[in-house]
Amino acid sequence: MIELMERTDRAHYEADLKRVQALESPAWMKDIREAGAARFAEMDFPHYKQEAWRLTNVGPVVKTPFRSVVGEPSGHVTPDDVAAHLYDAPEWTQLVFVDGFLSRELSRMGDSTQAVRVGGIGEAVAKGDEILEEHLAKSAEYTNAFVALNTAFLQDGAYIHVSEGAAPSAPIHLLFISTGVDTIASYPRNLIILGKSAEAEIVESYVGLNNTAGYLNNVVTEIVMEDNATLRRYKVVREGSAGHHLATTKVMQGRDTNFHSFSISLTGQIVRNELDVVLGGEGANALLSGLYLNDGDRLIDNALRVTHASPKCYSRMAYKGVLDGTSRSVFTGKVLVPQGSQQTDSNQLNNNLLLSDKATLDTKPQLEIFADDVKCTHGATIGGFPRELIFYFQSRGMTEAMAHAILTFGFASEIVDKINIDPLRERLSKYVFDKYRPK
Amino acid sequence: MAMLEISNLHVSVDGHEILKGVNLIVDAGEVHAIMGPNGSGKSTLALALAGHGAYEVTEGSVTFLGHDDFLDMPPEERARLGLFLAFQYPVEIPGISNAYFLQSALNEMRKSHGMEELDAFEFQDLLAEKMELVKVDPSFADRNVNEGFSGGEKKRNEILQMAVMEPRLAILDETDSGLDIDALRIVAEGINRLRGKDRAFVLVTHYQRMLNYVKPDFVHVLYQGKFAKSGGPELALELEDKGYDWLKESVPA
Repeated sequence: MIELMERTDRAHYEADLKRVQALESPAWMKDIREAGAARFAEMDFPHYKQEAWRLTNVGPVVKTPFRSVVGEPSGHVTPDDVAAHLYDAPEWTQLVFVDGFLSRELSRMGDSTQAVRVGGIGEAVAKGDEILEEHLAKSAEYTNAFVALNTAFLQDGAYIHVSEGAAPSAPIHLLFISTGVDTIASYPRNLIILGKSAEAEIVESYVGLNNTAGYLNNVVTEIVMEDNATLRRYKVVREGSAGHHLATTKVMQGRDTNFHSFSISLTGQIVRNELDVVLGGEGANALLSGLYLNDGDRLIDNALRVTHASPKCYSRMAYKGVLDGTSRSVFTGKVLVPQGSQQTDSNQLNNNLLLSDKATLDTKPQLEIFADDVKCTHGATIGGFPRELIFYFQSRGMTEAMAHAILTFGFASEIVDKINIDPLRERLSKYVFDKYRPK
Repeated sequence: MAMLEISNLHVSVDGHEILKGVNLIVDAGEVHAIMGPNGSGKSTLALALAGHGAYEVTEGSVTFLGHDDFLDMPPEERARLGLFLAFQYPVEIPGISNAYFLQSALNEMRKSHGMEELDAFEFQDLLAEKMELVKVDPSFADRNVNEGFSGGEKKRNEILQMAVMEPRLAILDETDSGLDIDALRIVAEGINRLRGKDRAFVLVTHYQRMLNYVKPDFVHVLYQGKFAKSGGPELALELEDKGYDWLKESVPA
C-alpha cells in the first residue's frame, strides 16, 4: 500500500522528467540530469522518520501533484511586476529569473567582462563554458530527493564567475520571481565561483507574485570559493503566502576564505533553508547569520551544517527568530570537526522571541567532534519580553502594544543592522518595522 | 490647587503592605526630597505613582493636576499627563537607539495633547538642544537605549529623557546612588537646569549628598511605610548627622 502511494506521488514528476530529458542539450548536461533522475528514483521523499526532517513536515509538498516547469516559464511577468523588487541602484547588476529562467528583457545587465562573468546557466551551457562544466553539479550532495529533482530538472539559474583577484564594484542582485500561476514546481540552479583572492557581494531574492497558489520553488545553489576569496551573500525569501521554498546551498571554502551569509526568511508557507558549508582549507572563516519572521500556520526550517574539514578554521552561526501565531520553526546547527582539525573555533547562537504561546520552536545543536584541541560552544534562548522592559516604555508614554512593536523591531534589527548594503538593509528594516508596528 | 495630592496612600506588593498611609502635597515649582533607610518604601512610592502593575494601591487617593481618577490610569496615560519617573535601575533596550526611543515617546505625548508629531529632522534638532542642555555626549543619540552604558551614563540618560519629555512632575528614584562625585555634579546640574516655576521635583534618595547640589524646599523622612518627619533642608543635615537610627528612637512603635 505504501509502495503504491509512493508511486502515485511520483507519477507527475516522471511524466515531466521525460519532457526535460527530451530537451536539446549537450551530452554532459544530459548526463547531469540523468544522474539526478537516477538518484531521485532511488530516494524516498523526506519524512519524519529521518532525523534531519523529524520536525519538518513536508507532507503538503510531497502530496501536491506539481507541474514541473520545462523549457520556459509558466507565467508572464512585466517590468511593472518586478520593479518594486529590484533596487534603484544603477551601478548594480540585477538579473531577473522567472520560474527559474533568466529573462534578459527584465534584467538590468551590467557589463559582463572577462574578469566578472554574470549571466544564466542556460545560455552558458548552450554557448559552452569549460569552467561551468567543471563545477556544475559537482559539489551539492544529494542530501534529499528535492536536490535530486533539482538536478534532474536542471535548466537555468544564475552563473557568476569572478576571476582571480577580481571584485565587481557593486553588488550583484539575483531576483527569482515565481509566477505561481498554478501548482508549478520550478528549479533554479545557481553556480557561484570566486577565484583566488576574488571578492563579491551577492543578493538573492526569492519573490512570489501570487499569494494563493501552493507552488514549489526548489532551489540549489553551489558556491565555490578558492583560496583567500571573500563572499558576502544575502538571501531573502519572500515567496507567496501559499508558496513553498525548499533550498539547499552548498559552499566549498578554500584556504583563508571569508564567507558571510545572511539568510532572511520572511514569507512562504513552508520554507526550508539548508546551508552546508565545508571549510576546506586552513584559516577559512564562515559567519552565518539569519533571521526568520514566522507567523500564521507556517513552517520555517533552517538546517545548517558546517564541516571543519581543515585545522584553524572559524565558524559562527547567529540566527534569530520571531515566532507568532501557530507557526512552527526549526533550527539545526550541526558542526562536524573531524580528527586532525585542531584549533577549530566554532560557536552557535539561536535566539527566539515568542509572541504567541501557540507557536512552537525546535532548536537543536549537533556537535560531532573528533579532534581534541577545539573550542565549540552553542546556546539557544526562547522567551517574551520582561515585564520591566514593557513598563519602561509605558512610563515614557507608550502603550504596551507599542512597546511590543518597538521591541520586536529592535530584536530583529540586531541582525538587519549588520547588513552593509544600504538599500537592502533599509528595505528590510522598513519591512520589519511595518510588519510589527501597532495596526 | 496643588499639583500632586497624596492622601493616606496604602500600597502592597505581593500581599505585603509596604506603604501604610502616606500623605504628601506638592505644588508647582517645589522640590521635595524623600529620604529614608533601605526598605522604608521610597521606591515603592515612586513606582506606585508611575503605575507599575506589581504595586497595588489598597487604600487612599492621589490627585495629579486635578485628575482625581489618576490611580485608575495606565502608566502611559500618567506619563502623558506629565509625570516622569527616572528609574533607579534603567533597563537596557537592545536594537533600539536612544533617538528613536525618545522620538516615539515624545510623539505619543504630543499626539495625546493634540500637537503635531515631530519628524526625524525636527526631533534631531530638539534632541541636540537637550543634549547640550544636560551636557550629555552627542553619541548618546545613536547608542541603543542604555545598552552597554555605565551606571553613571544610565542615570545621565534618564536626565536626558526627562529634558526631552519636559514633565510637570519628575520623580527621581535614587538617581544619585552609585555616582561618583563628578557624575553626581553633572546629574545635579542637569536637574537644576530643568527647574522652573511650572515644574516640580520629588527626589527620592538614600543619601544627603545630592541635596548639597539640588536644594530641596522640603525634606520628608519615610520610615516603615509612613512619613516620620517633614521639614526644610536642615532636616536632611540632621539626618546625615544622626543617622537613620535616630528615627527608631523618635518614632513611636
